[in-house]
Amino acid sequence: MIPEIGHFALIIALFLALCLGVLPIIGAARDNAVLSGTARPLAYGQFVLLAVAFLCLTYAFVVDDFSVLYVAQHSNSQLPVIYKMSAVWGGHEGSLLLWAFLLGAWILAVAMFSRHLPGEMVARVLGVMGLVSVGFLLFMLLTSNPFDRLLPAAADGRDLNPLLQDPGLVIHPPMLYMGYVGFSVAFAFAIAALLGGRMDATWARWSRPWTTVAWVFMTAGISIGSWWAYYELGWGGWWFWDPVENASFMPWLIGTALIHSLAVTEKRGAFKSWTVLLAIAAFSLSLLGTFLVRSGVLTSVHSFAADPKRGIFILSFLVIVIGASLLLFAWRAPKIGLGGKFDLLSREALLLSNNVLLSVATASVFIGTLYPLFMDALGFGKLSVGPPYFEAVFVPLIVPMVLMMGLGPLARWKKFSAPELAKRVRWAFASAVLIALLLPLTMGQWTAMIALGLLLAFWIITTMILSLHERLGGHGNFMQRARGQSLSYYGMQLAHLGVAIFIIGVTLVGGYETERDVRMDVGDTLQAGGYEFRFNGATDVEGPNYVAAKGRVSVSKNGKLVTELFPEKRQYNASGMPMTEAAISPGLLGDLYVSLGEPIPDSAGAWAVRVYIKPFVDWIWAGTFLMGLGGVLAVSDRRYRMRRKPKLNILAAEGK
Amino acid sequence: MARFILPFVIFMIVAVFLFVGLGLNPHEVPSPLVGKPAPAFSLPQLHEPDKQFSLQDMKGKVWLFNVWASWCTACEQEHPLFMEISRRNLVPLYGMDYKDKREDGMAWLQQHGNPYTLVVSDAEGRVGIDYGVYGVPETYLIDKQGVIRYKHIGVVTERDLSETILPLVKELQAK
Repeated sequence: MIPEIGHFALIIALFLALCLGVLPIIGAARDNAVLSGTARPLAYGQFVLLAVAFLCLTYAFVVDDFSVLYVAQHSNSQLPVIYKMSAVWGGHEGSLLLWAFLLGAWILAVAMFSRHLPGEMVARVLGVMGLVSVGFLLFMLLTSNPFDRLLPAAADGRDLNPLLQDPGLVIHPPMLYMGYVGFSVAFAFAIAALLGGRMDATWARWSRPWTTVAWVFMTAGISIGSWWAYYELGWGGWWFWDPVENASFMPWLIGTALIHSLAVTEKRGAFKSWTVLLAIAAFSLSLLGTFLVRSGVLTSVHSFAADPKRGIFILSFLVIVIGASLLLFAWRAPKIGLGGKFDLLSREALLLSNNVLLSVATASVFIGTLYPLFMDALGFGKLSVGPPYFEAVFVPLIVPMVLMMGLGPLARWKKFSAPELAKRVRWAFASAVLIALLLPLTMGQWTAMIALGLLLAFWIITTMILSLHERLGGHGNFMQRARGQSLSYYGMQLAHLGVAIFIIGVTLVGGYETERDVRMDVGDTLQAGGYEFRFNGATDVEGPNYVAAKGRVSVSKNGKLVTELFPEKRQYNASGMPMTEAAISPGLLGDLYVSLGEPIPDSAGAWAVRVYIKPFVDWIWAGTFLMGLGGVLAVSDRRYRMRRKPKLNILAAEGK
Repeated sequence: MARFILPFVIFMIVAVFLFVGLGLNPHEVPSPLVGKPAPAFSLPQLHEPDKQFSLQDMKGKVWLFNVWASWCTACEQEHPLFMEISRRNLVPLYGMDYKDKREDGMAWLQQHGNPYTLVVSDAEGRVGIDYGVYGVPETYLIDKQGVIRYKHIGVVTERDLSETILPLVKELQAK
């Protein structure tokens, strides 16, 4: 009964979405306030129904209702309750339901927090989001219904993929989807602006906080995924350039370009049509990501069951949404005008160059990801593009990008003088070079790549110190000046510091990691990176839904015990799948990482053991955390929090 | 004006490729081993571990070599088809239990039925490396001279069997 309620709720939600996608847009076009006014109630109603559907599916999982096909495929009675709940998005159908539910939540948020916007604009924005919602709900109901019954019911479920039975993977998909779906808000604002034909800076001001919030979610989602891959897959890697990783990385890159472009459009009125195009591109790439994952056109560790029917549906949806938006863009954008003028040497020009570099980086990831498909479609045979390609194209793009990143916050709008700027940054540059040359010497081997990476990181840091010094330094009250700076300024600096920390992590772990893969008998020791690892054998332990061999490895340095590590090799009862649980001792200066390979047959308890020393690896995620935190600071800026005040003042003034 | 239509044109070109891509199978990665002699091996048999089985034993026969494991859920999908092959005696089917415990492998066969003429056990996955196994199940068609003629990655479907594998088997047996 409960699953049927969920199914029914989805059908009504589809009808509401259809109304939401049609009525308010007609209302806005015909200046009909009654039709425009339907947007908010429809948005609320749709959210409630999607929430009901989502809760129904969660309920089916929690009570082990194996008469629901999707539950039977992705759960098991032995599964711990927390994983039963996260198993809701452990497969294709449920992921879609999560997508639709989160889209409903974003629509609700826009409906609630847009009281200060003109009614016509709200009607168009909610209408466009409603149309996107129609596409996803139709897709779910026609090809991938999570509430389909399995009769007779299965005795027990097939179990959730053990890879997904992990706290990191409980939160990774919702975070990432919040980001993907969140870009639909910027997209809807852009389309609404194109439809309305009013492309002034106010459009950028309205969509800026929404875009930043979506970007923060996406940053968090990708980081958690990368961190999960690091500790769960047992290879010690943190990024694999897998097609599905790339599918999330592309909208992130374009989203990064978009938040910078929006800043320029809002403050200077420049690059208006470019900003609109980026907003369309960010969401289009989110949709494309969905297509790549769901249609099975590319091989990936993430691929869910490939189904051509689903592929055709998403592709048609892509063509309608993206194609129509780009046609609308081609029709309306020429009338937008260029906006504020700026010099070749100006902050605008620096930001525009970085925008272009981010777009080129996105294009290179795009080509690398789809190249195998293009070649195959043209009949040149099957091949795959690996990390060497991505690293070869990415590094040359990152270098100029980071150099300009340091200059951007220091340069003046409209026009700056190159000699004057060069004079201001000379000490910052000299110290960054000095640190980059000397620091590797204290850590071991000196290589050009490590020095380059450190130069980039410290260039960001020294120019940041310079900017803070110029703004906060000098005589007089420091605290007053510090408070005088906007939160979005601090947010920007914090996010840039995050990039520096991230680059340090990537550079040092790439340059100085140690990896050993050896057979260890009980009592054997291994020397690596100044540590001694002693294997004390493995014992069998039993988990809630798995049995595991739990190894004991004691780590000592100079004869003193540093820590004990317990890597596990698990075998899940229901699926019989083996899983590696690495044991990691994290540290500010690096991680000790031990994982169990295979037991050695015909031996007295010997195992293949993998030991990694990963210097500064956690700086990677510390960096992405700071980037996200910077975004949070930026949206907490007073401008956004105070936005209801002026309206109240106006009302008060009218009252008089 | 023209430059504003450019994003649309680029997108439509990509969409055409995506459409063509839907009809292609990304799992059909060509194996460098096709057309080359199958890597030699000698492995203990699953049911009688003190007896060895080697590639040499199959000289002069056209046969299918299927890599499976008890932990491989996808293997259950192709299993009924293999039972059919064995019942109708379509082609000799040999199995390799890959990265698996002997007891588990035998228990799985007992539960689901054993379609294989003989199964070898590659518990450490050493021979799997020689054969370039990158996912279970994989299936190889080996000819009378011990040359790999076809490699199938993933589950063998009825269509794969009737349209590709069996015609190739007939052709090779005739030689």
